Amino acid sequence: MTRDAIRATVLRVLGDIAPEADLATVKADVPFRDQLDLDSMDLLNVLVGLHSALGVDIPEADYPKLTTLEACVDYLVGRVPA
Amino acid sequence: MPILGADMTAGTLIAWRKQAGDQVRRGEIIAEVETDKGLIDIEVFATGVLERIVVRPGQTVPTGTVLAMIREEAPVVVAPVTAGVAPTVAVPEAPAAAPTPAPERMRVSPLARKLAAELGVDLATLRGTGAGGAITREDVEQAAAAKPAAPARPRVDVARMRRIIGAAMTRSKREVPHYYLAQTIDMGRALDWLRAENLKLPVTERLLYGVLLIKAVALALGEVPELNAVWQGDQVVQSEAVHVGVAISLRGGGLVAPALHDVQRRALGDLMRALRDLAQRARTGGLRSSELSDPTITVTSLGEQGVETVFGIVYPPQVAIVGFGKIVERPWSVQGAVVSRPLVTATLSADHRVSDGHRGGLFLAAVDHRLQEPERL
Repeated sequence: MTRDAIRATVLRVLGDIAPEADLATVKADVPFRDQLDLDSMDLLNVLVGLHSALGVDIPEADYPKLTTLEACVDYLVGRVPA
Repeated sequence: MPILGADMTAGTLIAWRKQAGDQVRRGEIIAEVETDKGLIDIEVFATGVLERIVVRPGQTVPTGTVLAMIREEAPVVVAPVTAGVAPTVAVPEAPAAAPTPAPERMRVSPLARKLAAELGVDLATLRGTGAGGAITREDVEQAAAAKPAAPARPRVDVARMRRIIGAAMTRSKREVPHYYLAQTIDMGRALDWLRAENLKLPVTERLLYGVLLIKAVALALGEVPELNAVWQGDQVVQSEAVHVGVAISLRGGGLVAPALHDVQRRALGDLMRALRDLAQRARTGGLRSSELSDPTITVTSLGEQGVETVFGIVYPPQVAIVGFGKIVERPWSVQGAVVSRPLVTATLSADHRVSDGHRGGLFLAAVDHRLQEPERL
C-alpha cells in the first residue's frame, strides 16, 4: 500500500471520528489532539478504525508513535499486510 | 416529547422512522428529535402497532406533548416523561395519518431480512429477483447502495446549549444545598493492572482507565445507595440500577452527560465498548432518548485537560456528581516510606438534603477501595 493510500485511509478514519473537521486543512506534523481537539477516547477510536481498515494491530506501547498524520503514515507503511 | 434532562422544555420532531400501521418493538428507535443537545433518537417504550402519528416533522412542541399513539392492549403514548417532572400532556391539532395497509406477505430470505434491518432498507420497496420473486441478499445490497447518503446531522447550537446549561446550573446552585468532599487515591495498582490487561487485548478491546473509574463509582454506590437517586418534588427516590451519566465535552463547545446503563452489572470490556460508542454518538449525533433521561449520577473527568481537582455542580434531578482530575506522580507515603506514586483526586459534590459528609466520605473511601482491587472491577 502506498503512502498516499495510507494517508487517505488515516484521513477517512479521522473524518469518521470528527466529521466536523475540515480534513483538507489537517497539518501533517501537528498532533491530532491539538488541531482536532481529540481526546483519548477519540484517539482510541482512530486506532480501532485504522485496525479495521488496514488490519494492523497497534500495541498500546506504540500509541505515542501515532499522534500526527505523518507519524501514522510512517508507522503504518511497513506494517500494512500486502 | 420526552424530557431529556431537567433543562429541556421543548423539542422539534425532525423525522419519523416508522409510519402509522407499522409494528414497533420496545426499545426500537422510531423518531428523531432535535433538542439543545443535538439530534436525539427517540426509543419506543412499548411493543405494539404505531396507530397514529400526532406530531409532524418540523413541529416544535413542549415536553410532555404526545408524539404518537401506539396500540398495545390499551393505547399508550410514545416516550414517557422522565421521572420527577409532571408532564403537561397536550395533543396538538394535526391531521391523523391514515394507517397504511398491512403489506402483502413477502418472500424474503432470512439473510436478506437481517441485512435489510442492518442497512435500513425497507423491504416493502423492493422487488425480489430470487426464485418466486423472493427478495435476496443481493437485492438488499443493491437497494442499500442506491440509497442517497444520509443527510448530515445538524450541528449543536452551542450558544443555545450554553444558555440551557446555565439555566440548569443556576437552578442547581439555587435549589440544591451542595457539599463538597475530596480524596486522594493511589492509582498505582489500577494502572499496573490495566497495563497488563491491555497487553493481552487487541486494540478493539483495550480499556481506558476512565472505565475503571466509572465502574468503581458504580460499585461504591452499592455501599452508599442514597447517592444514586433523583430528587422528585420534595423527596428522594433511590434507583436500584446504576445509570452513570458520563460527562462528554463536544468539540466546538458544549457538554452532554448521557447514561451508561446498568454499570454495576456489566463487565469492563462491555462497558468500554459502550463508552466508546456513547462518546462517538455524543459527538457525531445519534444519542438515544433513554440515554439522556436515565442517569442517576454523573461522573466527570477533566484529567486530560490538566485539571487536578473538579468541583462539580449537581445536575438536577440527580443528587450527586463525582469528579476525577489528572493522574499525577507525587510523593506518597506507603508503609512508612515516601515513594513516587500516580495519584488522582476524586471529588464528590452532593445534595445535603439527601446525604451528608459522613456518608459522602464513606462513598469516596469505597471508590478508593474498589480501585485498589482492579481485578475485581
